[in-house]
Amino acid sequence: MIKVFLIGWKDLRLAFRDRAALMLILAAPFLLTVGLGFVTGRFSGTGDSGVSDIAVVVVNQDGGQIGNALVDLLRSPDLDNLLAPTVLDDPALARRQVDDDQAAAAVIIPAGFTASIIPTPGDAAAGPLVQLEIYGNPTRPTTAGIVRTIVDQFLSQVEVGRVGAQVVVTQLLGQGLIQPQDAAQVGADVAARQALAAQGSPSITVTTTTGDVAASFDPLAYMAPGLALMFLMFTVANGGRTLLSERAQGTLPRLLVSPTSSAQVLGGKVFGIFLTGVAQMFILIGASTLLFGLSWGDPLGVVVLVLAAVVGAVGWGMLITALAKTAGQINAIGSAVMLIFGILGGSFLSIDYMPGWFVALSKITPNAWGLDGFTILALGGGLADLGQPIAALLAMGIVLFAVAVVLINRRGIAQA
Amino acid sequence: MPTILEVHNLVKKYGDFAAVNDISFDIQEGEIFSLLGPNGAGKTTTISVLSTLYTPTAGDAVVGGHSVSKEPMAVRRLIGVVPQDLAIYDELTARENLSFWGQMYGLSGRALKLRIDEVLGQIGLSDKAGQRIKTYSGGMKRRVNIGVGLLHRPRLLFMDEPTVGIDPQSRRAILDSVKDLNKQGMTVLYTTHYMEEAQELSDRVGIIDHGELIALGTQAELTRQVGENDTLILHAAEGDDVAALAAAVRTLPDVLRAEAADHTVTIIAPEAEEILAPAVTKANDIGVKIHSVEIREPNLEAVFLHLTGRALRD
Repeated sequence: MIKVFLIGWKDLRLAFRDRAALMLILAAPFLLTVGLGFVTGRFSGTGDSGVSDIAVVVVNQDGGQIGNALVDLLRSPDLDNLLAPTVLDDPALARRQVDDDQAAAAVIIPAGFTASIIPTPGDAAAGPLVQLEIYGNPTRPTTAGIVRTIVDQFLSQVEVGRVGAQVVVTQLLGQGLIQPQDAAQVGADVAARQALAAQGSPSITVTTTTGDVAASFDPLAYMAPGLALMFLMFTVANGGRTLLSERAQGTLPRLLVSPTSSAQVLGGKVFGIFLTGVAQMFILIGASTLLFGLSWGDPLGVVVLVLAAVVGAVGWGMLITALAKTAGQINAIGSAVMLIFGILGGSFLSIDYMPGWFVALSKITPNAWGLDGFTILALGGGLADLGQPIAALLAMGIVLFAVAVVLINRRGIAQA
Repeated sequence: MPTILEVHNLVKKYGDFAAVNDISFDIQEGEIFSLLGPNGAGKTTTISVLSTLYTPTAGDAVVGGHSVSKEPMAVRRLIGVVPQDLAIYDELTARENLSFWGQMYGLSGRALKLRIDEVLGQIGLSDKAGQRIKTYSGGMKRRVNIGVGLLHRPRLLFMDEPTVGIDPQSRRAILDSVKDLNKQGMTVLYTTHYMEEAQELSDRVGIIDHGELIALGTQAELTRQVGENDTLILHAAEGDDVAALAAAVRTLPDVLRAEAADHTVTIIAPEAEEILAPAVTKANDIGVKIHSVEIREPNLEAVFLHLTGRALRD
């Protein structure tokens, strides 16, 4: 075991002494993050540490309890610094404001929206489903995404209320506590009460750095992990490349004539890639925290998520190594995978607006799962909320590593 | 002297090609044994099998009582290997390289530190130990490459053409260090295609060609095979027809062999001085310009020529 550690530690040192690799491991993601920070106005000196005053237009054609509650939520003191809502009457005008880049999104609540969820007294059931429209500004994906997330969370709460009411009414009827003719009225009351709980306690959790600083979602909290995860793929591919390079340079055969088994050598190489990936992520996280005041969220969650993301990425790195014939091939495949996974996993643009098949395909990448996790943390979640991304990343790493080991053994890559 | 290495009918094949073909020899503890042969003769493959890097196709070898095919880990603890190509990390310093490789052989702590200092002194790099290998000259890198092989005080050191591609000064230093190591009791298996190195270093020499051991013995025993004949080497100008000159020289009386290689003609004759004048005349006759002449007493080059009909540098 000690030799596995020694080989891994040696590889970590070599990685951080390779200036060309350092450019891609640390400098490139850092500079890109800074660049995108400027593009998104993150550094244009408002003094705020994140996004604020997102322009959003609201059209409430519903006028019912839920429609009004959503408008009240968007105008609530809790979201006062994050959102700058304007209420209009004309949906076309609202869409035009978005098209003219005067707003990040328009929230259009159609007539009959409340009635489609809560049955009016005297009706046995709710009306036909009426869909709420969010008209997003494609040039402001992050802020439009924030508006969408807030509305999604509100609707989830409403849905919880609606289903809860059905359950309550069914149970009350079953126990004979209410008469069938009262069921509709009771159901409407319960549904409205539960659904409207969303107004008072939005399930959106927003990060506040101090008591008097505005609740905010920092775009860097999305960009920085996105880019770090993308360049993590370079690191793991580059690490895999060293296995073939050492073979060509003669240091691998030399290791294999020392009292070191090929399993120890392979384990050491994998451990080295893991260490390098972890070091890369923590350096980038530390630098963005110190230099930009970026809050990554719950520290324990960040640590565990980083470790899991690197495990997932190392799995891919080893698979690329197992499939490539030369170090040059690993460079080419690794660079291609880095870019494809970057796009697919949402490192450049949020995949929220992508078609379903794209979102499903993105789940093969550590980038997508990692970003999911970092977004949860940035929105105030903790380690307990990271179960799904962490499990997915670990499973990805273990499965890919097992496949890679079979291929590596079959091809004798870790042997002379 | 006890036997440290026994090689029994060793074969290593790649498909139908036998890189090592049924060779047998042994090495006594404290000996310098050279495997002498041209490039591609099978020297490196032999060392690779003996050092457990490759498994033999047939036969076996025993190092310090352990079979290379059945107990490779035990063999690895007894041997040190200095590969032909540099096998060290350019981005690490000499000290860091020695430390890493020492740990791979189980050294640690103060014992490792002391041993590193000792080896750095041995290879003459104590004052440059903190510099990265990439800043070193070719000769210095070679010395570190050797130092790595010595760290754990192996009972048997394999050195595979350690002087290839380096300057004469570094070459001299390496040959001297091999002799010093041997004086300290280390057994060395040294491969080379330089006849002079084998002659200078070896207690015994095995001559290998096309994967087969074609001669084995002390230098005196081997040179006896070509009798008391001299070797006359004529160095011609580039582009001159040395093959024609060799053919012409063979017609002279008392010439036992004459072979052309590169820009030279190597002639075996009982008295080289007597052949020199008529050989130069032949060269003039066919338009070959002789640049220089070398006369050697009976040597391993002559033995190789005698056994294979080819010069060692072929």
